[in-house]
Amino acid sequence: MEKLISEFSIGLFFWQSMIFIGLLFLLRKYAWGPILNAVNERETSIKDALASAEAARAEMENLQSDNQRILKEARAEKEALLKEARNTRAELISTAKEEAQAEADKILTQAQEAIQNEKRAAINELREQVGSIAMDIAEKVLQKELESKDKQVQLINQLIQDSDLK
Amino acid sequence: MPTAFNKFILFSALWAAVFSAPHALHAKESETSKDLKTEIKEYIAHHLEDAYDFSLFSYTNAQGEHVYISIPLPVVLWDEGLQIFSSTKLHHGEEVAQVGTHYYKLEHGKIYKTDAGGTINYDEAHHVTNSAPLDLSITKGVVSMLFIALLMFWIFRSLAKTYGENGGVPAGIGRFFEPIVLYIRDDIARPNIGEKKYMKYMNFLLTVFFFVWFLNLLGLTPLGVNVTGNIAVTFGLALLTFIITNFTGTKDYWLHLFDPLGSSMKWYAKIPLYIILIPIEVLGVFIKPFSLLIRLYANMQAGHIVLMSLIGLMFIFKSWLGSPLSFGLAFAISLIELLVALLQAYIFTMLSALYFGFAAEEHEHH
Repeated sequence: MEKLISEFSIGLFFWQSMIFIGLLFLLRKYAWGPILNAVNERETSIKDALASAEAARAEMENLQSDNQRILKEARAEKEALLKEARNTRAELISTAKEEAQAEADKILTQAQEAIQNEKRAAINELREQVGSIAMDIAEKVLQKELESKDKQVQLINQLIQDSDLK
Repeated sequence: MPTAFNKFILFSALWAAVFSAPHALHAKESETSKDLKTEIKEYIAHHLEDAYDFSLFSYTNAQGEHVYISIPLPVVLWDEGLQIFSSTKLHHGEEVAQVGTHYYKLEHGKIYKTDAGGTINYDEAHHVTNSAPLDLSITKGVVSMLFIALLMFWIFRSLAKTYGENGGVPAGIGRFFEPIVLYIRDDIARPNIGEKKYMKYMNFLLTVFFFVWFLNLLGLTPLGVNVTGNIAVTFGLALLTFIITNFTGTKDYWLHLFDPLGSSMKWYAKIPLYIILIPIEVLGVFIKPFSLLIRLYANMQAGHIVLMSLIGLMFIFKSWLGSPLSFGLAFAISLIELLVALLQAYIFTMLSALYFGFAAEEHEHH
């Protein structure tokens, strides 16, 4: 210990302190300050870049989910449209069918009516003709039958008798 | 980069201009009969101390004289005014240096005032009684520190510059040092001091880490400087840790020092405890940095002694088995020392950060 103290060099201590403190201030101004600043800046910029990349990723995801949603909506809309179209078609077809049926029915009824009318007319005509023919025949027959007065009277009586007045 | 390199060259040129050409000194070695062991011992002891010149190597010439090849450095003394002269005048303690009307002599690595004849007086315990002037010489250790300071400035200035030029990414040598800077920030300063205050201490922690590490590494080069193994240097570093710790101490730090138990006890119960506790706490304030200075000093000193002793063993053994063996050992120890150089710098920085953490502590009052 005594040797250590006697060997202690004030000069070396003095110069060491001077050099070290000088170095401390020089390096602070010209080296450590700029170095630590640059490193800090770099780290902040890396952090920022990572954060913005993360944000971009999140936004991308957002967009993607948005897209998905829109796509889903579009699909649903399409489905709805198609369904509606199908419904409309079915409705249209059924309405058309009904209308057609109704028309057909109507036509049929009309046709039947016409037939009925024709038939009636035909029957009437036939009746008329048959009547006129019968009249002719009857005229002829009567002409022949009623050549004598007796016969005429007889017949009138007969007819009067036959035709009960209703 | 090229500008920094030019500066480096300029610095080297300045070095050469200031300190003239390496200087050969013929020392009369009267005690050539000294046996090898003592010589190695003295050599190691000499190496561990600071020196007034930067010795490169020495050899023994044909006449059996030791010739030292060294770069002379300026000796600066405060003795009735500033006295500056070249260390060549000291002649390694062989001769008296006359500067103006003053005479100085180097004795056991220290400069003393003497008369013209260079008489050194001793007391009974063989201590020199001559008066010693205030010695502010630019010694080998100072030159080494200056060199490391310039090297650090160059390295980290160029690192700081590359950020601007290279878009926030280090280039060149900074690529190697940036992770270390970040390690000190993220694994030493942040966990020990806390997120809020660590920036305040970063300058000191970074500077002290690289300063100690580089000086430790320089000590492993054949230049053989032993700066961090010098107690004056480690004292200076630990003193700064001490000053910074206590000057940035928060209210909580001082409260913890003088009222460690807080409100967990009644005041009259605390008195007998505090008679013991407070002196221990106060002692701790000094012991913490003291342990720093002793740890670094002892580790580097011991490393140098072991390494040089093993190298010395090679010359003592002088056998086919012994010398390669001690060479292998010295090599292994060198590798370990390489690790120790880093480890000691790390420990110094780590513990400093820990002490700063205590000082910067601010917690919820309990």
